[in-house]
Amino acid sequence: MGPAEFVSLVGPSGCGKSTLLKVLAGVLVPTAGAAEVGGETVIGRPGRTAYMPQKDLLLPWRRTLDNATLGAELHGTAPAEARTRAVPLLERFGLAGFERAWPEELSGGMRQRVALLRTFLLDRQVLLLDEPFGALDAITRRRMYAWLETVWLHDRRSVLFVTHDVEEALTLSDRVHVLSPRPGRVVDTVEVGFPRPRTADLIGDAAFVRMRRRVLAALGG
Amino acid sequence: MTAVGGLRRWAPATVLLVGLVGAWELYVILRRPAAYVLPSPGRIGEAFVESWPLLPTHVATTVAEALVGLAIGAVAGAGLAVVITAVPLARRVLEPVLVASQTVPMIVLAPLLVLWFGIGMSPKIIVVALITFFPVAVSTTSGLTGVDPDLVDLVRSMGARPGQVLRTVRLPAAVPAFFAGLRIAAAYAVAGAVVAEYVVAQRGLGVFLERSRRSFQVDRIFVAVVIIAALSAALFAAVGLAARVASPWHVTNKAEEAP
Repeated sequence: MGPAEFVSLVGPSGCGKSTLLKVLAGVLVPTAGAAEVGGETVIGRPGRTAYMPQKDLLLPWRRTLDNATLGAELHGTAPAEARTRAVPLLERFGLAGFERAWPEELSGGMRQRVALLRTFLLDRQVLLLDEPFGALDAITRRRMYAWLETVWLHDRRSVLFVTHDVEEALTLSDRVHVLSPRPGRVVDTVEVGFPRPRTADLIGDAAFVRMRRRVLAALGG
Repeated sequence: MTAVGGLRRWAPATVLLVGLVGAWELYVILRRPAAYVLPSPGRIGEAFVESWPLLPTHVATTVAEALVGLAIGAVAGAGLAVVITAVPLARRVLEPVLVASQTVPMIVLAPLLVLWFGIGMSPKIIVVALITFFPVAVSTTSGLTGVDPDLVDLVRSMGARPGQVLRTVRLPAAVPAFFAGLRIAAAYAVAGAVVAEYVVAQRGLGVFLERSRRSFQVDRIFVAVVIIAALSAALFAAVGLAARVASPWHVTNKAEEAP
């Protein structure tokens, strides 16, 4: 995976997608194999990547802004300074006016955006996103695709995106790796290559449909 | 909470209480038991008024013992919970001792404490602390260890050290469990102080109880019982209120604010 690329991993449940991300995040030590980011091993060394787990995992006792700045605080940045950096981003993440809201007061889509903002603010070159939109309804999801692309285009960092939704992977990614069921191996790789920013009617495009058929065939085989 | 909501919430308990007191009064009127066996609620009310000048010093002493003991028990219980969670060896060493400490009846321990610490307030405070630290320690420990492991993984992925994990995730997550334990402890604190005073003391509701018993003033015993119950309930409610103040993020009672 190259710099500033958006790469997706698509595979059935239980093929080890989430496990791989946890290894890359440094919180899970594998029994065998290597994992490197920027030429350095990340095994057992957390803090090198920006990891966003499946659940939004906002801390219920922190307001929106304090949840977003959690990573900076853990790295020793003064809370006031971390907030100053986060405030301008609230607008772009659609959270303006909600900086003092408790997580319980936010909708599912907003909670995911707070979690994403928290991940972006970690200032790592590699983002690991584990089914960030898995818990959202279909309409909110569509809106989040366009929004995520905008945010990502703004300061292109490398994204490794895990999902089991083929359309989601093709809509968002530069490249899609298809994984087999246990044990998960890459069985096919699709270069997506549509120009950005992408539009919502992309899913009707003939090339898109062909790619989707190919990924589904790889998953089924 | 609206006035109507409050009425709806408290009405059933009030009706039950009034009914029971009424039945009691009726029984005394009809069967006329001796006043030193079962005084009527009305008689207890009169005894309350008669003993009013005596009560403040006793109540103040017992309340002070209960509050100081509860505070010590809460701090010790929460501290032990943190140690048990953070140091695996401490768990294996301390857990059996903690359980064993609860198997010693206070009525046995209290005279010994008097022997060691005199007849002042300190043995009573120790009894209250010994009673109250246990529920706090057990509940807080389960709160600290029951944190969503994904939350712990998340902050670890951000490079948090164990101390930071404790501070940013485990401790705040355990606040509700701490208060749940403290509520149970609060319900026992006043009764614990009274039991300790019963052994030997100069002032306190336990002393008032013991004197009333020796002089067969059963009505005054009931006065003490009512006061102890009221104090316990007040302390229990106060802890509940503190729990709500300490966790302002629980907004489920409020109206929907987010679109």
